[in-house]
Amino acid sequence: MNLTLKIWRQKSPEVKGKMETYPVYDVSPDMSFLEMLDVLNEDLVERGEVPIAFDHDCREGICGACSLHINGEPHGPMQRTTTCQLHMRSFKDGDTIFVEPWRAKAFPVIKDLVVDRSAFDRIIQAGGYVSVNTSGNTLDANAIPIPKEDADKAFDAATCIGCGACVASCKNASAMLFVSAKVSQLTLLPQGEVEAGERVQNMVSQMDKEGFGNCSVTGACQVECPKGISLENIARMNREFLKTNLSPGK
Amino acid sequence: MAFTGLFLCLFLVGHLAGNFQLFLDGYEAKLQFNQYAVFMTTNPIVKILSYAVYISILFHAIDGVLLTIQNRRARPQRYAMTKPSANTMWSSRNMGLLGTMILAFLIFHMQDFWYDYKFGEMPHMTTEDGSAVLLKSGEEVLDATVNVNYQVVSKTGEVLGPVMKDLHEEVMVAFQEWWIVLLYVVGIIAIFFHLWHGVQSAFTSLGLKTPKVEAAIKMAGYGFAILIPLAFAIIPIYVYLIF
Amino acid sequence: MKVDTGKIERGEKEKLAKLKQESPKSKLPKDPIKESLKSHKVGLKLDAKIPDGPIENKWTKHKNEIKLVNPANKRLIDIIVVGTGLAGGSAAASLAEMGYNVKAFCFQDSPRRAHSIAAQGGINAAKNYQNDGDSVYRLFYDTVKGGDYRSREANVYRLAEVSTSIIDQCVAQGVPFAREYGGLLDNRSFGGVQVSRTFYAKGQTGQQLLLGAYSAMSRQISKGKITMYNRHEMMDVVIVDGKARGIIAKNLVTGEIERHGAHAVVICSGGYGNVFFLSTNAMGSNSSAAWKIHKKGAFFGNPSFTQIHPTCIPVSGDHQSKLTLMSESLRNDGRIWVPKKKEDARAIATGKLKPVDLAEEDRDYYLERRYPSFGNLVPRDVASRAAKERCDAGFGVNQTGEAVFLDFAAAIERYGTTEAKVKGIENPSKEEVIALGKKVVEAKYGNLFEMYEKITDDNPYETPMKIYPAVHYTMGGIWVDYNLMTTIPGCYACGEANFSDHGANRLGASALMQGLADGYFVLPYTIGDYLADDIRTGEINTDAEEFVEAEKKVKGDLEKLLNIKGNKTVDYFHKKLGKIMWNQCGMSRNREGLIDAMTKIKQLREEFWKNVKIPGELYDMNVELEKASRVADFLELGELMCQDALDRNESAGGHFREEYQTPEGEAMRDDINYTFVSAYEYTGDPGKALLHKEKLKFEAIEVKTRSYK
Repeated sequence: MNLTLKIWRQKSPEVKGKMETYPVYDVSPDMSFLEMLDVLNEDLVERGEVPIAFDHDCREGICGACSLHINGEPHGPMQRTTTCQLHMRSFKDGDTIFVEPWRAKAFPVIKDLVVDRSAFDRIIQAGGYVSVNTSGNTLDANAIPIPKEDADKAFDAATCIGCGACVASCKNASAMLFVSAKVSQLTLLPQGEVEAGERVQNMVSQMDKEGFGNCSVTGACQVECPKGISLENIARMNREFLKTNLSPGK
Repeated sequence: MAFTGLFLCLFLVGHLAGNFQLFLDGYEAKLQFNQYAVFMTTNPIVKILSYAVYISILFHAIDGVLLTIQNRRARPQRYAMTKPSANTMWSSRNMGLLGTMILAFLIFHMQDFWYDYKFGEMPHMTTEDGSAVLLKSGEEVLDATVNVNYQVVSKTGEVLGPVMKDLHEEVMVAFQEWWIVLLYVVGIIAIFFHLWHGVQSAFTSLGLKTPKVEAAIKMAGYGFAILIPLAFAIIPIYVYLIF
Repeated sequence: MKVDTGKIERGEKEKLAKLKQESPKSKLPKDPIKESLKSHKVGLKLDAKIPDGPIENKWTKHKNEIKLVNPANKRLIDIIVVGTGLAGGSAAASLAEMGYNVKAFCFQDSPRRAHSIAAQGGINAAKNYQNDGDSVYRLFYDTVKGGDYRSREANVYRLAEVSTSIIDQCVAQGVPFAREYGGLLDNRSFGGVQVSRTFYAKGQTGQQLLLGAYSAMSRQISKGKITMYNRHEMMDVVIVDGKARGIIAKNLVTGEIERHGAHAVVICSGGYGNVFFLSTNAMGSNSSAAWKIHKKGAFFGNPSFTQIHPTCIPVSGDHQSKLTLMSESLRNDGRIWVPKKKEDARAIATGKLKPVDLAEEDRDYYLERRYPSFGNLVPRDVASRAAKERCDAGFGVNQTGEAVFLDFAAAIERYGTTEAKVKGIENPSKEEVIALGKKVVEAKYGNLFEMYEKITDDNPYETPMKIYPAVHYTMGGIWVDYNLMTTIPGCYACGEANFSDHGANRLGASALMQGLADGYFVLPYTIGDYLADDIRTGEINTDAEEFVEAEKKVKGDLEKLLNIKGNKTVDYFHKKLGKIMWNQCGMSRNREGLIDAMTKIKQLREEFWKNVKIPGELYDMNVELEKASRVADFLELGELMCQDALDRNESAGGHFREEYQTPEGEAMRDDINYTFVSAYEYTGDPGKALLHKEKLKFEAIEVKTRSYK
């Protein structure tokens, strides 16, 4: 099939970018979206032009590197699918496809479709961990039984791949789903529950510092999250946050 | 937002309960309504509550504006192409717009009834046969004159006290105008959309929406958003059509 | 330590020329072999430093005897860790906790994206929670046997020994492993072993473990003990006075070349599967860090030992950029087959016949036929080769002829029947049984089936999956001693980047175990032994001549690449290399093919340096340049892999030489002549590396022929 791509090109953070149009021909429906961009890039290189920069790595939907706001939606039209797992059979011959980087103040564009998501790293650094040192003498793994339900919920929250689609889809560019997924995972497990209060305060305060917007519970994040992380986590984080605010001693 | 929002929801319930008196007919109903109005403007506890409502509205609005500004700053460069319908409801995305509409409606509504009631000119209550003027305290005064400017009752040059205003009449007259009714209906529809998103999202914001109660909160939220505005909207339409 | 003189003769000319250049005053040596031996101090360099004593006590004894660095002095010591996967992430976190100053580097935009994240199945540990007779010894034994007796006993035993601590550590970090209803950890059995020792978190075990290591790292970053360099690629190691003292790194955002000094350098850069272009590795996975230290003196161990994973989604066309793995756990329930008749295979491939319509008696369940006792659960190398054998014989079931079926129909029926009984449904109809069975299969493999459908547009509940082997893991890697130190003093290699624990074939769920064992529990102790002598060294001066020179060389190479301005893209060369490697140095190899491959690779490399086209600038984010410098290294490594495959005249694990097989097509190992680790020393020509042999001694295990029949 033949398609028209409208792609954001921006040489560097300082330079203003703009949407450029690229026609592509003979696209196979079995290609992944990124393979289609590979082919376009191959063409651009052959013509001596600078190829389009985009983040990607595992191409199995798990590393969270790929991003791309495709036709108005993060990771494109397929739900619960990352861009790398999106295949061209989701499009029709003759379609025009808009491809843009994640847009958020906290995710500045580095080049073309590549954005800087290190804000997420800094939020995790603010408290997204259990304070335990490496040691061959920690408690035996089975010393604390954990109800299966809690373990499963913690796992569901922990499947977040840190891609940033939640921020990209949110009209407020809020990072609540990302932050709450980590807070939830660690709060649900007895190992992490010990420092839950301090964690949620520190992570939320870092989130605010990074310039993300506020959560108005529109639910876009939940719909667009390729891993289906639930809004339940946001409620849980809010609960933990208010709890520590109400009992500041903790 | 969530705290003030939920508090304002409670206020809506109270307001609506009072409004139901407008469905009643006859002098007794009129008197009861106007007495209720007096009670609502003089009782110290109601007063405190009313200040809480004003502060809530103010805080809710200012907070809303500040958050909207922050949220806009969080995305300085907009997308060239968006497809918001793919992942959100219209009401969820337009809380700011709806809030502004509601605020404008509120200003009109307050000016229309509350301001006139407190400071403006308004018809006043008499006994059923019209022979005596009613004081705010409910006392009947024969052969009294009513000073329209000051809304006080005087008799033989002596000021006896504030007159009982006929808010009931004011409302009935106002709702005979089609455009006012329309304005109210539009305002209430805005409230409906605002509540549709707002009620249950407030529970999420307060961390009260746990999986166990999620379905119940959802139902209650939608129920509240439908029933309360519907009841509010019926009154002006009823008045317009019936009287 | 013996030296294969044949190899030295082959590299002699260059060697002599080099010697002449290096010391113009010295006379031409009379006995070149002896001289080159001297100059390389072979015996000294290949000391594996295995502690003596019985195997169970080696590690404890060693830990008790190695030197320690006191906490105050650790603050004076800097360590560079390259790569932030399971090995790098865990090493960086642990070293920082101990008090060292760590500088961690990853080419991705965040340490959380390292490719360990994609591991699906699980992690082995000898916990024996299931009380099925597992033990440290049994895990050790299975790993050595699974590796076809080409791994170092002492390392593997240590790996099995610390495996239990890994699970404890990860649970303490908040890794949400799968649990049973009683709240205790669940286990499953995995690829080719007879106990359930695999801990897992659905099909995302690697992700959960990596995020655990990442969180431990994050904690140290917040304390300032780790300085993190995202989007940085190591371009070279810097050696000062014979010791690794830092690296040259490229900032991938600005293109700037930076010098970083440290008292030790730890390479945790993963495997080199992408030399094949198509593999299950991430797009960015590369061999450059390993190859750069190899060129500076680190020996490369067993480069030809690559693992081909039997259950991957087949190649669909020329545009394909990578291959996707379907977890090995699928083989617990799926049956692998091809049609018995070629004409049926052709009919299926062309779409004239639906696989579900092929009668049971016309199907060849070849694994069950050939290996009745292990059936579909034979180890990866065996399963992969069997698939290739069938497809090469013309029984492939897709257009390219390179696919076999993995069929769940029988499992769906079996589970459905059980489920109907459990639910008390009497005489259930076939539809009911199938519906119930599908639900069970969905609960077990739902996410994998979904992924398969997304990629292929086929519904695996209705029609059998098509699978084919693909490159997945490299057992070979930088040669390290018992302390995980390479032949460059102060330079270490952990995880997939080293060669140490898996021999010629890795068992499922062992890669995660090794990465974390190295990073959490081995390197942090052993590195102290070396660093104890460095407490008075002081900060490494990055203005030293060696740093300046190394930086200049890196810049020079990159500029050279940019200035070629040829007319072929980087991917063109990479794909071509991949084809050569896959066809001639892939699942099966032969002498002629390997010799031919070496010539072709050499030519391709020459063409690359003459004709590659890289747009853009040096000081900018330049993705093509990144790729080019990685492919330049693959083009050298590929040749070394072929050299090693050619040298190893036997079939062992992932290395299958067609000349060395039984009449039934089973691998034939040569324990008399090849029970050694091949460790290659770079000589300036990647195809003429100098082979050193580390003889493997098996004291705790009896060497047997691997049989899964």
